[in-house]
Amino acid sequence: MLAKRIIPCLDIKNNEVVKGINFEDLRSAGDPVELAKRYDGELADELMFLDITASHEKRKTILELVDKISENIFIPFSVGGGVSEIEDIRDLLNSGADKVSINTAAVLKPGLIDSAAKKFGSSTIVIAIDAKKIGDEYIVFTHGGRKNSGINAIDWAKEAYNRGAGEILLTSMDRDGTKNGYEIELTSSVVKGVKIPVIASGGARDAKDMEEVFIKADASAALAASIFHYENSGIIPIKKYLKSKGINVRL
Amino acid sequence: MKKKIAIIDYGMGNLKNVRNAFNFLGYDAEITENYKHIENATHLILPGVGGFKDAMLTLRQKGLIEPIKDAVASGKNFLGICLGMQLLFETSEEFGHSEGFGILKGKVIRFDDSVIPLIPHIGWNDIKMLKPVKEFNGIENNSFFYFLHSYYCAPEEDITAAVCDYYGKFSACVKKNNIFACQFHPEKSHTVGLALLKNFIND
Repeated sequence: MLAKRIIPCLDIKNNEVVKGINFEDLRSAGDPVELAKRYDGELADELMFLDITASHEKRKTILELVDKISENIFIPFSVGGGVSEIEDIRDLLNSGADKVSINTAAVLKPGLIDSAAKKFGSSTIVIAIDAKKIGDEYIVFTHGGRKNSGINAIDWAKEAYNRGAGEILLTSMDRDGTKNGYEIELTSSVVKGVKIPVIASGGARDAKDMEEVFIKADASAALAASIFHYENSGIIPIKKYLKSKGINVRL
Repeated sequence: MKKKIAIIDYGMGNLKNVRNAFNFLGYDAEITENYKHIENATHLILPGVGGFKDAMLTLRQKGLIEPIKDAVASGKNFLGICLGMQLLFETSEEFGHSEGFGILKGKVIRFDDSVIPLIPHIGWNDIKMLKPVKEFNGIENNSFFYFLHSYYCAPEEDITAAVCDYYGKFSACVKKNNIFACQFHPEKSHTVGLALLKNFIND
């Protein structure tokens, strides 16, 4: 039976992991390759790298980093952040990424999803959606959550699916960083609206939150950043808990 | 005899990660589209992600169909991965009807989207071993491997070495003489995937 996936996310800036660092293990945790190897050893099902390096000239460093990571870990990994053209996707895939996630550029030029899926296959294209509840509606925000696009998040997820996206990475901006658990209503609505896997993101505090998003919202994968860095909520204990609750995980 | 591993390059998918896995295991592996390298290799790997029809077209354009068929017929160790497994069969349902190598009897079928909620089949799934092939040495039954595909192989001979269950059982690995092929990606399947690649290389 297909397992539910647990995906650690690493925010990378200038080749350093900048979020959720375990203070007791600062040096090794700051190095993305070392952290990737650690997660690989801890049975992460996949890794997500988000490049938040601001300047364009630094793009080359992320490619070198992707190359180095691909030589050291043997699980799938996705890279996102600042992907705006077909060339960006090609460069990342050629450097060893298995999937590429697109956020703002897909909202600005939805045709990019069609052309990317056609060129590289749907399975390599992840559409990242940052959603925030305004009134009764979930709205897509772009530019790292700074700009209100005015687009309904569930409609956008459906459109991305119809255009050929292979997966949806869905982040609740209301929950991100709060440790109040995943946004179940949002996740569930998107899961029901598309026929591709949905990765839930934003708000995870512990294994119980993951249990909830798998059972109540039927997400295919749960993504989190900082919680994995602490010993008491490493990936293996989380998976053991999920398994004890009858959720199929790879252990 | 020194092992010469050749990964066949036909412009489909991430060949680099297959090579990375062999390098990590301590073997050199060459990514090549040169038929002479295919001829000289002791171990041949046909990887691939993408469309069946495009793959066959590219292999034909590069003049690689006959060299690959000859290499398999000569008894060379052959590993097909994902699309590289599917191509070994006679036909695929993709775009109505596409012809494959026809080295293995059977066809390639699309998952039924009237029954299955999510296609592609993407993620980690466990396999049930049916035959004690050398590629499984030291790997526990029901181990999880990484899958990523919308089509699966339906062999017409008794060559399925392991099955996987995704809304019904399908052939996850086949073994026939010198050919081993798997629907999952061993190069992305962590320690069990690396063990399988190592078993393929070692007698």
